[in-house]
This record gives sequence, structure tokens and C-alpha cells, in this order.
Amino acid sequence: MIKSNPDILRIIEEARGNGWVLEAAAKKIFSLAEFAVPRFALARTAEEARRFAAEIGYPVVAKVVSPRILHKSDVGGVAVGIGNDGRLAEVFEHFRGLDGFQGVLVEEMLSGVELILGAKIDVQFGPMILLGMGGTGVEIYKDVALRMAPLTEKDARAMIEGLKAHRLLEGYRGAAPVDRGRLTETIRAFSSLVMELEDRIESIDINPLLCSADRCVVADARIILRG
Amino acid sequence: MDLKPLFEPRTMAVFGVSSSNHRHPANEIFTKNLLRYPVKVYGVNPRGGTVNGQSIHRSISEIPETIDLAVIAVRADFVPDVLSECIRAKARSATIISGGFAEAGRRDLQDRIVAIAREASFPFVGPNCLGIYVPSHVDTFFLPGERMVKPTVGNVSFVSQSGGILVDHLIKFAGEGVGLAKAVSIGNKALLSELDLLDYLAQDPATRVIAFYIEGFGPNEGRAFVQNAAKCGKPVIVLKSGKSAGGSRAVSSHTASLAGDYASFSAALSQYGIVEAANELEMISFCESLSAYAKPIKGRVGIVTVSGGHGAMAIDACTAHGIAVPALPEDVREALRKNLSPSVREIASLANPIDLTGSGIDDDFVATAETLFAMEEIDCVLALLLPYIPGITADLGAKLSSVATRCGKPLIAYVPHVEKYAMLIEGFELNGAPVSPSIEGAVLMVEALRRNRP
Repeated sequence: MIKSNPDILRIIEEARGNGWVLEAAAKKIFSLAEFAVPRFALARTAEEARRFAAEIGYPVVAKVVSPRILHKSDVGGVAVGIGNDGRLAEVFEHFRGLDGFQGVLVEEMLSGVELILGAKIDVQFGPMILLGMGGTGVEIYKDVALRMAPLTEKDARAMIEGLKAHRLLEGYRGAAPVDRGRLTETIRAFSSLVMELEDRIESIDINPLLCSADRCVVADARIILRG
Repeated sequence: MDLKPLFEPRTMAVFGVSSSNHRHPANEIFTKNLLRYPVKVYGVNPRGGTVNGQSIHRSISEIPETIDLAVIAVRADFVPDVLSECIRAKARSATIISGGFAEAGRRDLQDRIVAIAREASFPFVGPNCLGIYVPSHVDTFFLPGERMVKPTVGNVSFVSQSGGILVDHLIKFAGEGVGLAKAVSIGNKALLSELDLLDYLAQDPATRVIAFYIEGFGPNEGRAFVQNAAKCGKPVIVLKSGKSAGGSRAVSSHTASLAGDYASFSAALSQYGIVEAANELEMISFCESLSAYAKPIKGRVGIVTVSGGHGAMAIDACTAHGIAVPALPEDVREALRKNLSPSVREIASLANPIDLTGSGIDDDFVATAETLFAMEEIDCVLALLLPYIPGITADLGAKLSSVATRCGKPLIAYVPHVEKYAMLIEGFELNGAPVSPSIEGAVLMVEALRRNRP
């Protein structure tokens, strides 16, 4: 997949000086690798942000773009559910004050169960894939399944079933169940991508991977490169 | 590299024996092999002299036959030369007991001996280790024979990064009746590591269970280890230490933080069906159980006892481990009731656990075990025995074991381990059924069979 796609490798090389791939570029990589990503645009000015929001329709999500900010939520660099131009302008103004500000990522607002899909190149065991309940509380709940890549379909299914909260994916209390086949496929595709990028990366977080009845979308991603 | 000369040497040279210092580790190794093992042993020291009435050779080249195993216990600085000498003399393997290498900041010296050995495809264990112990065959541990507690000969092989942990486990094996095939302390594992020993022991006909104490793997070695272990067809058990090391390191991603060194280690092991022991109790229980039964089970037990309390404790332990305790169908219960002795028939509780009460006798245990083994829903029987109950005899161990052998399903027993009950315990163990000194340990033995996927 990657071998036939030099664009992915080029994006990674461009980010090397920074040590990690910023969200927009990371999403570009996932999109090139045929993962679903939200519609998004990188706005340098408030006017650009407003124009893109008008194009995709409110509500939107806005996230700060800065090579100095690895964890955006920790510094108030993520705003969800922005409903109008006024609120978007306010958020833009606030983000402008954050360290290393380069612009704002505006994207469509999606819903679904928040999962984390991650990878880490372990010194002893090589590429490991992690699936867990995602969101900002991921390190508090620690509800994760971990396996050595590459993963078989059986591995991917076992990881989903291994989560304590896996009933939340099955349509808990009237919610529509998550598309299990698509999630399994996403995990497998991620495992393949990681195997191909093994020598270049240190770790990847897709958090959240938003999963619903009909899709699994890479809503945020961070790729830490091998030093 | 052929590791066989390490474990089955016919000839052995011990470097570093001293004609004046009889407490030298090399002397201990020389003496014990000379007096107690069927290996032809030669002492080597450039200064010559005699030890135990045997003359010490000044060099390996003076020894009139080819050496299978060189045991090197000289000062670290001299090791590279001794190793080269061994290779020139066409020796076939070595155990380097000496310390003073990477563990003491002398990585350079360690790299040198590895380079020398690699070039000649010469296998060695160590440095900084106890080496090899194969019951009735060879013993490179520098521990005086009278201080060692030796397990019986059996089918468990144990590989340990730490010599102390290895020797302690041999003591526990002896106490719990776990039989040993081969024990290896690999120390700094400069050349031969866990992976090499796994591959060797996988092919070793005397070894049925391979146990490891591991502090950590080298780069990418863990991956090959779990993959080879999964393919080897024998149960592999791992006890890991250093679980919290590196936990405080700052990490930049959630995944790197959640998939720390130990989390990855543990996940990879379980993914490949390797049984991870959390502590020494688990290690000993798993070894004992898997050395008796190599076939995996689903983990559905029938429990028979004469004490409600023991049954309740066992249920709790089973539940905590996710082991099922299926109820007995009404017709099975009625059929069993008819087979019990008259004084027990009316008062026994025939749910699962089956409580035969303090009036239970040997025959009631046998009848119950037969019933449980015959049930398709049950793949293992746990017998919790209180030998102080008047109706239980010392023969019950042998009787119940023979039922298990006949039925082809695993039987695991709990008996308090005191000298007085030794005959009952031996009745189980000599007939192939493991016995634990605690209820928790007995349930862990079931757990080992459930987790094992060779």
C-alpha cells in the first residue's frame, strides 16, 4: 500500500525535523492509505476558517495547529460543537495566542463511540497494536487490548472482544451497534500500515477513532517519528 | 551451533582450579563432577599442582582427549585467552562462570569473548552465571553438593537469567515434587540467550515443559521468542521481573504510555499461548501441573471435598480466574447418590462442589470422581482432601489417580503438605497427578492447563 505511495513517505520525511507529524499531515497520510477521515481544511486566517465552515455546514470542530503542541486538549486547543461564525471567530482568536500557532484546523463534526487505535514499536517485540476506549480519559480508564502486529482478522476480533467496555460497541441501551466488520477491517489495515512504516515511526495514536453504525473515522491522529 | 555438548558432556575441563585455595569455585565444580557425576573431568591451571589427588593440567592442550565442555572460572581478564585456547584445542562448548563483564561495566571484554566465539561458531553460556545442572549427568554450579536441594529427575527444564532464582526454584521443585530435566543459568547471556535455549529444549526429548525466569529480552528478541515458543509444541512458562522498570519514563503518546515495556511483554506472551506466571507460587504450580498434563482444557472443573469451606474457597478462586464450575444435572446427581456409602448418601451435597461431609470415605471419592470424569461438561477434577477425616486413608491418592488415568482427564489435588500426609501425596504424584499445598495453588494448576495452548 505504502510502497506504491511515495506521497506518504514524503509527508513523513517533511515532518522529520519536527520529530512528529502534525494532525493535518497525519490525516493526509491516513487518507492516502484509504482510511476514512473527516472533511477538514487548514485555515490560516479567521476568514478562511469561516469560508470552510460555511462550505461544510455547522456545527464544526476547530483544533489549533502548532508544532509545539503535542497534546492539544491539554492546552485548550480543541473546540467542538461550534455552531456559528461568531463562535468560530472567538475560538480562532483564542487559538492565536497559543504557543507556536500556525493556523486552525476546521473539520466536520462527527459522532460515534470514541476508540483509540495506536501503535508502538517495542524494543523487544517490534510493532505492537493497541485498541482501547478512546477520548481524553484513555490513560485513566486504561481499557485497552494490546497485540503484536501483524494482526489476523481473528486477532482483531479478539481485541475488540477483549475490551471491558465492548458492550458499548454492541448497541448498548438502544444505541445503534458499531459496524463490527468495518472496525475489524480498520484495525487490520492499520496493522498493515504500521508494518510498512515500522522503521520510520516510534508510535502512533489515532484518538479518537470515531466508530458508528456505518463508519470508522480517523478523527485525530498523531505520528511520532523514530528519532 | 550444537548445544548438546553443554548438556551431555562426556569430557569436561575446569579452568581455574587451585592447588592451594580449596574454596575456589572452580575447585567445587571440579570436585563434585569428579566424585559424583559420570563425566570425565580435568582440572586446568597454568601453575599446575594437584587437586583431590588429581594432577592439574597446565593447559587444555595437555589433556589427552577432546573436551566437550570447558568450565571457565578464571578472572575476567583471562577469559578471552582461555576461550581462544579452548577453540584451538577443538573443545566443543563452554560455560563461563566468571563475573566482571557487562554487569561490571566491562562491555568491551564481553564483546571480545562474543566475537571470539562467533568466529569459531563455538557455543558458550554466561558469563556471570552458574551454568548447567543436569541431574545425574553434569553440574557446573559452584555450590557445595551438600548445600543443594535437588529435585527428582523429571520433565521440566528451567532457564534463568539469575542463578539465585534458579537454585531457589530447584529447592521448591524438590519440595513440591516437580521433576527436573535440565537447569541453565544464563547470566549475562552474551552469546546464548533464552531464544537459543528455547530452540534447543524444544528438540530435547527429556524436556516436556520449558520454564523461564526472564528480566528482559534483547532488541527484537522477544518477537522471535514468542513465535518460536508458539511453534515448539511444548508448554512454555515465563516468570518476568522488572515489570515496573521504565514506567516513569516520559512518553509522548498515549499508546506508548499504555503499551509500556511490561504491558507489551505480557500481551505478546498471551497472544502466543505462552503461560505467564505472575509470581513464584504461580510458577511452581504451573510447572507441576503442565509437567503432568500437556493437553489444554477449556477450564470447567468438578470439585469434590469433605468440607463446605474448602469448596467455597475453591469456587471463589475459580471464579476469580474465569474457570467454570458447572452444576450437575438432576439425573447425574441421583445416580451418584445411589453409589455413595449409606452414611453419606443422605447428607452429602451434590451440587458442584460436591461435599461428601466428614463422613466421606475413600469409596465415596472414587464414585464421585468417576461421575465427574464421565460428564462431558467437565474437563478436570479438583479433589480437596483433608487427610484428618477418619474415612480417608493414605491409599486415596493412588486410588483417585488411577481413576483419572483410566478416564483420560486431569485430576488435581489439594492436600496440606506435612510429613504425616506424605504417603497420600506420593500416591497422587507418583501416579501422575499433581498436588498443591494450597487451594489457590490447586486452582492455579487448573488455570495453567486452561491457558496453555501448545
